[in-house]
Amino acid sequence: MLSDRRPILLANARILDPSRDLDIVGDVLIADGVVREAKRGIGAAGVPEGTDVIDCRGKVVAPGLVDMRAFIGEPGAASRETLASASQAAAAGGVTTIVCQPNTSPAIDEPATVDFVLRRARDTAIVHVHPMAAITKGLEGKEMTEIGLLKAAGALAFTDCDKSITNAQVMRRALTYARDFDALIVHHTEDPDLTGDGVMNESEFASRLGLLGVPTAAETVMLERDLRLVSLTGGRYQAASVTCAESLEVLRRAKDAGLDVSAAASINHLTLNENDIGPYRTFLKVAPPLRAESDRKALVEGIASGVIDVIMSDHNPQDVETKRLPFAEAAPGAIGLETMLVAGLRLVHSGELQLMALLRALSTRPAQLLGLPGGTLRAGAPADLIVVDTDVPWVVDPNELKSKCKNTPYDEARMQGRVVRTIVAGRTVYEIV
Amino acid sequence: MTTGQKSAFVLSRRHLLGIEGLSRDEISGLLDLAEEFVELNRQIEKKRASLRGRTQINLFFEVSTRTQASFELAGKRLGADVMNMSTSSSSMRKGETLMDTAVTLNAMHPDLIVVRHHASGAVELLARKVDCSVVNAGDGAHEHPTQALLDALTIRRNKGRIDGLTVAICGDILHSRVARSNIILLNTMGARVRVVAPSTLLPVGIERMGVEVARDMRAGLADADIVMMLRLQRERMNGSFVPSSSEYFQYWGLDEKKLSYARPDALVMHPGPMNRGVEIDSIVADGPQSLIREQVEMGVAVRMAVLEALSRNLPNA
Repeated sequence: MLSDRRPILLANARILDPSRDLDIVGDVLIADGVVREAKRGIGAAGVPEGTDVIDCRGKVVAPGLVDMRAFIGEPGAASRETLASASQAAAAGGVTTIVCQPNTSPAIDEPATVDFVLRRARDTAIVHVHPMAAITKGLEGKEMTEIGLLKAAGALAFTDCDKSITNAQVMRRALTYARDFDALIVHHTEDPDLTGDGVMNESEFASRLGLLGVPTAAETVMLERDLRLVSLTGGRYQAASVTCAESLEVLRRAKDAGLDVSAAASINHLTLNENDIGPYRTFLKVAPPLRAESDRKALVEGIASGVIDVIMSDHNPQDVETKRLPFAEAAPGAIGLETMLVAGLRLVHSGELQLMALLRALSTRPAQLLGLPGGTLRAGAPADLIVVDTDVPWVVDPNELKSKCKNTPYDEARMQGRVVRTIVAGRTVYEIV
Repeated sequence: MTTGQKSAFVLSRRHLLGIEGLSRDEISGLLDLAEEFVELNRQIEKKRASLRGRTQINLFFEVSTRTQASFELAGKRLGADVMNMSTSSSSMRKGETLMDTAVTLNAMHPDLIVVRHHASGAVELLARKVDCSVVNAGDGAHEHPTQALLDALTIRRNKGRIDGLTVAICGDILHSRVARSNIILLNTMGARVRVVAPSTLLPVGIERMGVEVARDMRAGLADADIVMMLRLQRERMNGSFVPSSSEYFQYWGLDEKKLSYARPDALVMHPGPMNRGVEIDSIVADGPQSLIREQVEMGVAVRMAVLEALSRNLPNA
């Protein structure tokens, strides 16, 4: 901890609070771990004695980011990432809440494992960490987990991670049962048979590279099925990672019909396309694969219109041994906790997306969907917030990244804008001096 | 009804295939008649001769202990010749169809056939092929009329009435013939019926079958006079319909805490066999509010009443 729990005044900042479309220049007062006020002229009116006044002139103050999809290797793969290292990366990226995924070893599919993760995070992590739990035991897609007991133990939502539940009856029952506990089902929409051995987007480019492709239909077929089941059961559902333009139409129809449906897209799919793979760069191998530029543009529009609710990092640390392989044999996945916001700022600087819309999808919406108190700067909200310099130029040096693995698709990329301070529960956990 | 005064009730139908279609008077008539047999069954001399000369066949395509035993005792106490046939020891195992079995048995001139079958509607199908009376002892997830009648008798003896009571039926409603028969009977008799279960164990459209629906026990048991628990089959508690027996017990198992949501004088029932620690805690099952043992006693009396009332309608020549 870089600072004790004295009150903090973030002065003269551009305050952006997507929870109430607030965009003003003013001050934010934090004390006792909560936001006291966020408005003009707090500093001029006088602050409590002993307050640390931090001048944020020219910088943005916003709610801390809530990342709905990050893989952390505890338990079972601590060499890839620990709760401690992930939380350091998160703090540097402005993520104040990580929602970690249950595809650990053992999988987070029983209450004792939820308890383990929460205790371990409490003792070692510098940001909030909440686990999702598996929908089915062992992520096998067959038998549903103890959704009630897992939620009571602290699981925020339920997901089988990068696996789709192919048995529609299992999915139907899980949605039905979860509804009784108001539990959110987050589902990966990739038909495994259509995906087959594909390793990148099915396209002319894949054909030229001689790589097997994954059609966008692998996603839309599963998504359409899921939404029929949501309509049948009335469950709460989120598409975990949508990647293509066709999915937006499907989602829009479901939302217009009043279904309790939301969707997330990864920062990778919003800022990169299949051409970035270039000469078989395995750091750009992700699952589902990066799509065409037209899909990427559609996803960004989806964020702007709200058809896609959430941007997540899809943080997936991979060792050199799993990445330094021929493209088809390399493991999919990219780290993203630390670079999610700055990659998103690219969309703002290019004029594709408003800063408010970006921040909403990174903080307010995920907090709302998960039932967390963050994602807002309203008085009384937890003091989880970030100070961002949206203009400072820098170059991503993988060696400087805090994640234990360095598989970033933004290797050596030029960035504009950076998190300069991250505050969690009223304490500064990261700052650039 | 007053004891000593013999009931002359006749069930003026050939079969008892379900509660569906029974009038309030018919149900009351059967319960009144059963009261006589409750008294009789507590005597040393339990025999009557009203079914003397009659042949009763208990045809069980599905294993059963208490239902088969109580139908057997009921028939014997009324003086009938009772024969038990079950799937384990008969040609039904050798691939004979239900229809062929019915025709074969019919040729032996039985007067009453008591049938249990795993398929809904099978008992009615069989009843069309035989010349005698047929009693449904449970068909699939459809009906189990004698269970509903014995439950009604147990309730009436303990609460003095059925009309106006609130009855919560809890657990695996989806697969339960006991629930269906009870819902129909209790509605006919003027009770207020509520079903309580996770959504995965509720049949579609249940709310249009004359019940209120609750998904949690606190809401479901509020103001209940009777809490009726249902058995959850083992194969349904391992992730298919509910995640595990421990989660099921946590949220839907009847323990003292959940029972406290019901009226203080609420009574607890279970058709058996029980899964202790799954749908019901032993402390409740064996506790002062439990009617579970009495239900078994009422089972014999009700089945005697059904056999007697049907036989009075049989031709005598």
